[in-house]
Amino acid sequence: MSRDTAALHEGHHPALAHHFDSMAQQSEATTLGMWVFLVTEVLFFGGLFATYMVYRSQFPEAFAAASHELDVTLGTINTVVLITSSLTMALAVHAAQMGQRKLLMTFLILTMILGGVFLGIKSLEYYHKFAEHHVPGADFHFVEQKYAQHAQIFFSLYFVMTGLHAIHMIIGIGIMLVMLWWSWNGTITEEYSSPIEISGLYWHFVDIVWIFLFPLLYLIGRHAH
Amino acid sequence: MSSHILPKRVYYTIFAILLFCTYLTVQIAFLDLGAWNTVAALAIATFKATIVVLFFMHVKYSTRLTWAVVLGSVFWLGILLALTMTDYVTRVWRHYG
Repeated sequence: MSRDTAALHEGHHPALAHHFDSMAQQSEATTLGMWVFLVTEVLFFGGLFATYMVYRSQFPEAFAAASHELDVTLGTINTVVLITSSLTMALAVHAAQMGQRKLLMTFLILTMILGGVFLGIKSLEYYHKFAEHHVPGADFHFVEQKYAQHAQIFFSLYFVMTGLHAIHMIIGIGIMLVMLWWSWNGTITEEYSSPIEISGLYWHFVDIVWIFLFPLLYLIGRHAH
Repeated sequence: MSSHILPKRVYYTIFAILLFCTYLTVQIAFLDLGAWNTVAALAIATFKATIVVLFFMHVKYSTRLTWAVVLGSVFWLGILLALTMTDYVTRVWRHYG
């Protein structure tokens, strides 16, 4: 670092970029930027929700019949797992803001573990679907013949929506690994907790997607059976 | 750096409400309410999403600009869903009997 650059860094936090006046302004800009990204994510998933809406409105009976093949118990457990991971994430942000480094690392690890549990249960469900021939394609088999064709549409949407959600979870766990590294090496401080905060925004967003996927995929017309 | 640090009990309270809502949405799904099943499921999901956004994601304590962006996402999602459906529900492409 040249002397001039060193002089520029004097008198302010090392994490403050020069185009910001203060850490508070930088933090606000970071939050805003993350939200703008999340808007694109809302519309990205929104396209799939719109597709779901169109096909469910066209084939409500087939969607209900196909939905009955999903395991409500596993779906509910996964919902609880994900909500709990959102709590540990929120507590991680809190620990970061309070400058409690060990607590922050503990909550980040807990969040990652819960994310892993979610993905584990999800893959178990996928395994069941493959075993039951409920994966769309040449081997697809559905007990109620009259619904077979449209049930495939339901399962296509099921795999694409939960699959895209799972990819987001995997990316989220990757982000948490980086955050864990930054917490460990001292990059994250009481004054500079923005990275943890915006990672939290991402994690909670992924939780929200599941909050909608769960009733729409698992809970259609359950009273009928 | 955050200007507003929420006490932990807020997070625990929101967590408890989210768990209760999950229980509620599963219970309601097994009752026969006709078309209201979907309405109830979506209403509960929207409520859950709202409290996650407001408290877990701190939007309640964020700047007005952040509020505008968040509401903007809901608005554009609304356009996406509503205008798509105005097309499909007014098409006559389904003939029975």
